[in-house]
Amino acid sequence: MKTKKISKNIYEIPREGKMLVPGRIFISEKMTLEEDALKQIANVAQLPGILKYSIGVADMHVGYGFPIGGIAAFDVDKGIISPGGVGYDINCSVRLLKTNLTKKDILGKKKKIVEALFRKIPSGVGRGSKFQITRKELAKLLEQGAKYMVDKGYGEKQDYLHTEEEGCMKEADASKVSERAIKRGIGQLGTLGAGNHFLEVQYVDKIFDEKIAKEFGLKKNQITIMIHCGSRGLGHQVASDYIKLMEEKYGIKNLPDRELINAPIKSKLGKDYFSAMAAAANFAFANKQLITHWIREEIKYIFPKIKIDVVYDVCHNIAKFEEHVVAGEKKIVCVHRKGATRSFGAGRKEVAEIYRKVGQPVIVPGSMGTSSYILVGTKKAEKLTWGSTVHGAGRVSSRSKALKTIKGEEVKKRLHKKGIEVKSGSYKSLAQEAPEVYKDVDEVIKVVDELGISKKIAKLKPLCVVKG
Amino acid sequence: MKFEFLEHTADIKFQAFGKSLEEVFANSALAMFNSMFDGKVKRKKKERFSFQLEGGGLEGALYSFLEEFLVLFDSKGFFLGEIKKLKIEEKSGAYFIECEFVGDKAKNYKISLDVKAITYSEMFVKQEKGKWISQVVLDV
Repeated sequence: MKTKKISKNIYEIPREGKMLVPGRIFISEKMTLEEDALKQIANVAQLPGILKYSIGVADMHVGYGFPIGGIAAFDVDKGIISPGGVGYDINCSVRLLKTNLTKKDILGKKKKIVEALFRKIPSGVGRGSKFQITRKELAKLLEQGAKYMVDKGYGEKQDYLHTEEEGCMKEADASKVSERAIKRGIGQLGTLGAGNHFLEVQYVDKIFDEKIAKEFGLKKNQITIMIHCGSRGLGHQVASDYIKLMEEKYGIKNLPDRELINAPIKSKLGKDYFSAMAAAANFAFANKQLITHWIREEIKYIFPKIKIDVVYDVCHNIAKFEEHVVAGEKKIVCVHRKGATRSFGAGRKEVAEIYRKVGQPVIVPGSMGTSSYILVGTKKAEKLTWGSTVHGAGRVSSRSKALKTIKGEEVKKRLHKKGIEVKSGSYKSLAQEAPEVYKDVDEVIKVVDELGISKKIAKLKPLCVVKG
Repeated sequence: MKFEFLEHTADIKFQAFGKSLEEVFANSALAMFNSMFDGKVKRKKKERFSFQLEGGGLEGALYSFLEEFLVLFDSKGFFLGEIKKLKIEEKSGAYFIECEFVGDKAKNYKISLDVKAITYSEMFVKQEKGKWISQVVLDV
């Protein structure tokens, strides 16, 4: 694909063929532009009702339909909603917890902590959860999200108040979620899953902005805990179900890519998908809430006086109706974020009240064993990227290549030497998620910070990692 | 060769082979489970499913076929060992699929991957020089 440099870190794919808008890529010169991902940006630019640009951010790589790190907003009247713009793992998301411990408190106890968390939180696949729920209760959970868990005694009100959407997308309708999706998800609440999902105990290695870090409750050497997981089988099935329903209704002939199947936002199917997607998003919020509760329970055995609070919880795979400025006018649009994070600046009503005067916390996990970052959302992001930024490092190398060249045992040893204790159900999983198969997260963060679509606040380094 | 894995940056991509449409479908299912665990799986439990599908083409049929196994995996913790019987019938664009197979409880194995979904990305099912070949990318 042809690209043209607009300014530092901003590139354009000029409009051509069936593209309705140009593509916009926010990436540094150092990063390679993956041809297939660029093609996907151009494909998204062909979807009806797309506004301004089809966007890719610095951690962009090939996805299904949309690239990962893909963002697009659609006109509510003329536009579409696409499961391919949200992803199969609906509301794959990250929650950050802060503690009253510091790095020195846990030295010598890392192994004990990692063993305890691994025992308590089911990770990996096919292991199921000890959390039992009836179908009737699950329907309530799908409509109430994290609040459902807190009301049942699994956490505190502050937990969901410090979560995107306050841990519940109100548009959720459990009756739009299929029996198959329920069957896949009902036994998985409180489980991490595998792949890139993880649980990490970290410490604050560096503070870039003292004032905002203080607002977020973060200080140097403080221990934090990060949870990365999504809506498990339930969300995956919601995506598959609606892809099929949309294919049946609208056919696949006029699509640039079968994974870009979509429905008009105003159509019954479009509305149904959004209600089911919101229910799956709530499943993910509730899932992390239960995991948070179990972490608290378990860590108390090691540190009886520990206090664990939620800093924030952000969605990475989601569609949202939000107000943005289009051609000088405020308008509600449907923003798709696929492997991208909301990055709202100060003042927006969607940002949790305690952060509203500085902007929302943005949580960007690194790959296993590397740094994660906390950033703050900005007004600039609202101008350039529909209030969005990156979601992670982004993969550069395949799993099959990793398995051929990297051994899980060695990854574990290598991380141990760096002072990081890792526990996983499978060595193969460790090899497939080794740090070297991801882009350099530091470079990704540098780009978004320079662009100003989110600003660096703190850098976190891992001490204990639980992988699926 | 029943199947082989190909390079894919983020996820799992494989091609499966067979002398018949049934065989290429069966080998596609085995490839999917092999991506999660590549050792020997005991044949302890018997399962079956059947479904009918209209208008999705051969790719749509393969997508739904593989999805049946994913649903069984997530809901019952069933891990596929071997396909015993598979019947695929096509009538004016509609597919009817019936399958019987054996496997074991997933928790008895060290599973390294979570297959989230089957995708249509780069998917094909075709006949080449009298042999069937499929290609699937799994979201993991």
